[in-house]
Amino acid sequence: MANKIEQGTPGSGAAVKTARPVARKDMTRAQWVWKEMKRNKVAYLMIAPFLLLFLLFTVVPVLLSMVLSLTDFNMLQFPHWQGLKNYSRLFLGDEIFLIACKNTLVFAAITGPVSYFMSLLIAWFINELPPKIRAVITLIFYAPSISGQVYLIWQTLFSSDSYGWANGFLLNMGFITTPILWFQDADYVMPLCIIVALWTSLGTAFLAFIAGLQTIDRSLYEAGAVDGIRNRWQEFWYVTLPTMRPQLMFGAVLSITQSFGFGAVVTALCGFPSVDYAAHTIMHHLDDYGGQRYEIGYASAIAVVLFIIMLTCNLVVKKLLSKVGQ
Amino acid sequence: MKYKKLRTRGHKVVLNRSKGGDAGIAFFLTIMGAFMFLPMLYAVMQSLKPLDELFMFPPRFFVRKPNLENFADLFSLMSDSWVPFSRYIFNTVFITAVGTAGNLLFASMAAYALAKMRFPGRNVIFKIIVMSLMFHQTVNQVTNFIMMSAFRMIDTYWAIILPAMATTMGLYLMKQFMESSVPDTVLESARLDGASEIRTFWVIAMPMVKPAWMTLIIECFRTLWNTGSSIYIYSEQLKTFNYAIQQILAGGVARSGAAAAATVVMMLVPITVFVVNQSKIVETMGSSGMKD
Repeated sequence: MANKIEQGTPGSGAAVKTARPVARKDMTRAQWVWKEMKRNKVAYLMIAPFLLLFLLFTVVPVLLSMVLSLTDFNMLQFPHWQGLKNYSRLFLGDEIFLIACKNTLVFAAITGPVSYFMSLLIAWFINELPPKIRAVITLIFYAPSISGQVYLIWQTLFSSDSYGWANGFLLNMGFITTPILWFQDADYVMPLCIIVALWTSLGTAFLAFIAGLQTIDRSLYEAGAVDGIRNRWQEFWYVTLPTMRPQLMFGAVLSITQSFGFGAVVTALCGFPSVDYAAHTIMHHLDDYGGQRYEIGYASAIAVVLFIIMLTCNLVVKKLLSKVGQ
Repeated sequence: MKYKKLRTRGHKVVLNRSKGGDAGIAFFLTIMGAFMFLPMLYAVMQSLKPLDELFMFPPRFFVRKPNLENFADLFSLMSDSWVPFSRYIFNTVFITAVGTAGNLLFASMAAYALAKMRFPGRNVIFKIIVMSLMFHQTVNQVTNFIMMSAFRMIDTYWAIILPAMATTMGLYLMKQFMESSVPDTVLESARLDGASEIRTFWVIAMPMVKPAWMTLIIECFRTLWNTGSSIYIYSEQLKTFNYAIQQILAGGVARSGAAAAATVVMMLVPITVFVVNQSKIVETMGSSGMKD
C-alpha cells in the first residue's frame, strides 16, 4: 500500500522526505484528501494565479449569464426575477433570433466541417514533401488565419463598384451590365462570408494535424504495407487516422469553437446589421442586446443558448470521433 | 504473385503511392493554394499601386509601376492624428508584452502543476480548462463587461490584459507538451538533490519546454496584436494600433492607398513572428492531442 502511494505521487518531493509513509487505508477519505492537499501546497500555489484569473474572467461570467438570464437586469435598475420569461420571448416572440439561429447553424455546419477536412487533407497531402517545401506551403495556408484584418481584402476584391476585381471581371466579360453589390445583397452575403471565414480558418487545428502526421512512426506504414494495404487511401483510413486520433479530437474541438466565432468577420465585411439580417448570427444578436440596448437579462439568455449549442456540438462530435478506427 | 517495382523519392522507398494519386494531390494543392495565396498577394499588390492604378477599369491584379507612396501616405496620416501615433503603437506593444508575459508565466506554472504533480482536484481543474476550449469567448462578453465594471477596470489596460493572461489554449498546449517531453525521472533526481518544487520547475522543466513557450507566446501575441476597438476602452489615448488602422481603413476612397499599406503593415508582423518560430510551433503541436 505504501508503495502505491509513492508511485501515485511522482510529483511530490515531500513523499521522499517523510520518514514513515502512511497508508491510505489508515484514515478516512476526507482525512486522506486533506493530507494530500497539505502535502501539495506548492501545486496549489503554482496554479493559483492562473486559476484565479480563469475563474474571474471565464467561469464566473458563464455562471453569471445563467443567473442573469432569469432576470430583467439592464445595468441601471436592480434586477427582478423573471423565471424563464426571457427564454420564451427568445423562442416564441423574437423572429430575428430565429433567423439568427438558422444563420448561425448554417454557418457553423458549413465552416466547421469544411475547415476541419480541409485542414486534415491539406496537412496529409503535404506530409511527404521535403521539409523546406512543406514549411513554405504551411505558411501559405496558415498565413490568412494569423494576419488579423487582412480578410478585408475580400471587400476590395468584391467591392460594389466596378473597380472591385470580381465586378471588373464580370463586367469586362459581359456577364453583367451593372456592378453587383456583393456585401449589400442578401443573396450573396452569406456565401461570401462563408468563403472568407473558410479562408481564415486554417489555424491551430491545421498545425496540430501537420505535427500529428509527422509524429506517426514510419514502421507502422511499413507494417501496413506488409499486411496488404494497397494504396494511400487505405493507408490513411486504416493506419494514419486511428494513430492520430488525439489530434483529430483536438482539431475538432478547435474547428467547432471557431465556427461559432466568426461574428467579427461578418460584421467587418457587411456591417451591422447586415442587409435584411441575411448574415445575422446569434453572436450579432447577443451584441445587439448586450452591447447596444443594454438588455443584459435578455442578452444573457442569448449567451446561454449559444453556450449550450457550442458545448452540445463539441460533446456530440467528440463522441463520434472516439469511434474512428475502432 | 507479381512484384511491383518499388517507387522511390530521393532514395527513400515510397510505399503504396500511385502516380495518378500524386497528380491529383498536386492539382488539389494548387487550386487550394491559389485560393489561399492570391488574396494575400493581392493585398500586397494593392499597397504598391499608385492611386490611378487602384481605380482603374478593368482592375488589374499585378501592379505596373510599383512604388512606396502609399506607405509614405500612411506615415503622414499617422503623424497628423489627434493622439500621437506613437501612443497607439505604445498601447499595442504594452498590452501585447504584459499580457503575453503574464500568460506565459501563469500558464506554465499551472501547466507544470497539472502535468507533473498529483494533487486532489487536478483532474477536475483540467477538465474545466478543456471544457473552456469548447466555447467561444464571445459568449462571455456581456457578463465580462459587468465583471470589469465591478472591478473598476473599464477604460484601463487591465480590462484587456487580465483576461488574456488566463487564456487556456497556451496552458493546454504547454501541459500536453510537458507530459510528453519532460521525463519524470529527471524531475525526480532534481528533487532528490534537494531542489524545491518551484526550483525544479524553473531550472529543469522550463528550459526543456522552450518550443511550447514560443507557441504560447505566439498564440497570445496574435490575439493581443489584433486587438482592435474594444468595448472596455473608450479613451482615445488608450486605444490600440489596430484600432487606429481601422479608422484609416474606414476613411473612404481618398485613403484607399494608405489603407492598403496599413493592411500590409498589420499582416507582416504576425507572419514574420510565425516564420521565425515555425519549427518550434509544429514541434509543440505534436503533443497537442486530446484523449477521449
